[in-house]
Amino acid sequence: MTRPLLDVEGLTKHYPVTEGVLRKEVGRVRAVDGISFTVDRGETLGLVGESGCGKSTAARATLRLEEPTDGHVVFDGEDVTDYDDRALTRFRRRAQMVFQDPTSSFDPRMSIGESVAEPLQIHGVRDRERRRRIVADLLERVGLDAADVDRYPHELSGGQKQRVGLARALVCNPDLIVADEPVSALDVSVQADILDLIDRLQQSFGLALVVISHDLGVVREICDRVAVMYLGEIVETAPTEELFEDPRHPYTRALLGSTPVADPRRRGQGTTLTGDVPSPSDPPPGCRFHTRCPEVIPDEDYDLDSETWRAVLDFRLRVLADGVDVEAARTYAAADDDPAAADPDAVRAAIREEFGVPATLSDRKAEAAVADALDSLVADDVDGAADRLADAFPTVCRRERPDLAPATGAVDSETWAAIKRLRVWVATRVDADEATVRDHLERRCANEADRAGEVDRLAVRAAFRLPDPVSDGDAERAVGDAIDALLAGRAGAAADELYEAFGGVRERACHLED
Amino acid sequence: MTEPLLSIRDLRTVFHTDEGLVRAVDGVSFDVDRGETVCLVGESGSGKTVTGESITRLIRTPPGEIAGGEIVFDGRDLTTLSDAELRSLRGDRIAHVFQNPQGALNPVYTVGWQIVEAIRLHEDVDEPAARSRAIDLLDRVGIPEATRRFDDYPHEFSGGMKQRVSLAMALATSPDLLIADEPTTALDVTIQNQILDLLRELQDEFDMSILLITHDLGVVAEVADRVVVMYAGKVMERGGVFDVFERPSHPYTRALLECLPGRGEGAAIGGTLPPATDPPDGCRFHPRCSYAVDACSEGEQPPACAADDDPDHVVSCVHYEPGGDPSVVRDDRETRLTDGGGEGQS
Repeated sequence: MTRPLLDVEGLTKHYPVTEGVLRKEVGRVRAVDGISFTVDRGETLGLVGESGCGKSTAARATLRLEEPTDGHVVFDGEDVTDYDDRALTRFRRRAQMVFQDPTSSFDPRMSIGESVAEPLQIHGVRDRERRRRIVADLLERVGLDAADVDRYPHELSGGQKQRVGLARALVCNPDLIVADEPVSALDVSVQADILDLIDRLQQSFGLALVVISHDLGVVREICDRVAVMYLGEIVETAPTEELFEDPRHPYTRALLGSTPVADPRRRGQGTTLTGDVPSPSDPPPGCRFHTRCPEVIPDEDYDLDSETWRAVLDFRLRVLADGVDVEAARTYAAADDDPAAADPDAVRAAIREEFGVPATLSDRKAEAAVADALDSLVADDVDGAADRLADAFPTVCRRERPDLAPATGAVDSETWAAIKRLRVWVATRVDADEATVRDHLERRCANEADRAGEVDRLAVRAAFRLPDPVSDGDAERAVGDAIDALLAGRAGAAADELYEAFGGVRERACHLED
Repeated sequence: MTEPLLSIRDLRTVFHTDEGLVRAVDGVSFDVDRGETVCLVGESGSGKTVTGESITRLIRTPPGEIAGGEIVFDGRDLTTLSDAELRSLRGDRIAHVFQNPQGALNPVYTVGWQIVEAIRLHEDVDEPAARSRAIDLLDRVGIPEATRRFDDYPHEFSGGMKQRVSLAMALATSPDLLIADEPTTALDVTIQNQILDLLRELQDEFDMSILLITHDLGVVAEVADRVVVMYAGKVMERGGVFDVFERPSHPYTRALLECLPGRGEGAAIGGTLPPATDPPDGCRFHPRCSYAVDACSEGEQPPACAADDDPDHVVSCVHYEPGGDPSVVRDDRETRLTDGGGEGQS
């Protein structure tokens, strides 16, 4: 495995929520919250997730169309987040974006020839005739007619406009294209055409591609690898076929299961998730998916099947959010009589029914907790009910936040994060000479140096918070060799070592055992 | 055999535009039985939305106009009704749900008030009674804490929740027919599944018929009893959902099924929809059809012919006319679907 074109590490984009004239920060929308991924030359990475999961923000922050709050974006050996304006302009020529809505991404008063030629002009191709030649050639390559240069956007269909959008992205001969929902505004019959075109263009131009989509069918069609996002985080990455054949994260399974299949004999077999995506300004603690996850890990103390467990957890969540409508349950239980006089047993039964909690749980301890909570609820003591349930059911999914780690389980998530930290540091120095690398390394590890001021293997490990040794044998060998290469000033060799050992590894962020 | 609830015969809806006459719906016929779900499927520009809007005359006149045909709903021809008569039917016995729930809700009123309004417009009930009905409806469409959310404004709901509210509003008067135009297209797949499940449940509960308009064959497979495939204002094929998915008979239906991303083949339909003002002679699909013969480009769209033994499964294609040879187009998908249909499912 060669060094990737793009290595994104810990990318974060928060939007402050401000209040009053002083614009005091009262909260943050965590649109993207520390995501990492790599894209090889000639590779297509799919970024999938529901709306609001931060996939578009991730793309825009990667290209610095929005300033990232934190994190590194290493593009071809340089850190894009360190770029000044001039370097950024150069970078933008090599990394282009294609947008979802082809209609609003063109100036209606410019002919498509002018639109496609505009980036050339900005990036300094002054020769008019040459611009025209390049544009005409490109239009033909995206399946339009060279004579179309003088037509205007409104004369073209949606599919044709998206072709022009691709031509415009390709005109500066970029290395990377980020396509945000490139076909979701198009009809199904046209989608296949455009996807096919993207595939062909990628091969003939040797492009690296990041495709953002909510449509798993699209992703499966053109992506080599997929990263699944939920609420600002990546929950799973895998080669496309592996992801579809053997999804390892419950959210991926739910997404795959929710996509309707065009086969009427399989109707109703999909997974239905309960609830909405939580707000990114107030993400749930622990695993962000635990509020909807059909596979939440039951506490070991209880013996309940997964469906009952989900029902109990839904009940618990709703009580904690003070969202149980006891009044409605009373009305329901009282039928036509006065709700205030409803039989408490009937009210308790009505609440159980609403959440699908069985009349008696098979597990005695769990039953006791639920019954106590119901008593409190009926007595209008919501806080009492909430405390009882929070104490009784502290699932690990809520307690601890799972971080991305290799799906093989070879190393834990902390080590994995440390390896990526080291890797991205190395990746920005692959072109530096040995003295510079050693100099940078000394400064990076200065706090950890031994008494003589020498930076040694231990200091490097401490500075990047790498364990000594790494638990897995192969991983330890790679990390050890990389550190040795670094100490010798050979950043290129260190990078090769790290990407060779850890590139393209399947990752997952979940407490579930495999 | 009972009368169908809705029977559309040879419906023609035209628009007078600067570029000329657009025959958006050109001789469309199909039935919707009581309690069943019929899906109208096609690409944008196929006339499926105009068909749905023609039923209760929601199309703007001018430029639109119903130029011919019958729309018989429960024994009455809607095309002959006056505007006032139609208005009392609309939102009462026939309700609409649209793609964009944002546009269906008034942002300055609470959702509860809007549902109460919908109830009281068609029924003589007092406010408290309407209020408790509205809360009950919100609860039925799966809005948590219905009592509390009654007084919330539309912007306080997520997209999926807004679509639930607009469903509650449509169901306020227990309609016989629900016309749902791309009701889940603006929603995420996980939410789409919730809404489709809900539609199925409510259909049983309210015993209503649903005419669901969509471009998504996955949605069709999920909910339809019968399917009507439209292209450029014409019906290409219609039949039971299993017939259409497992023995797609019209070349267009087959192409639609084959171009679904992720289904393997991914063969695109070449070309684009014909210009609305100047459709081709003969079969509207023939310029893009890989089975076209000379006869396809002559005369009118072929009449609806039997596709197989099922009298309900008809197709508008010359290969199925008397003397034609259906085996040219036919390809029994049944085996393939059951063998290789493991996609997109966990």
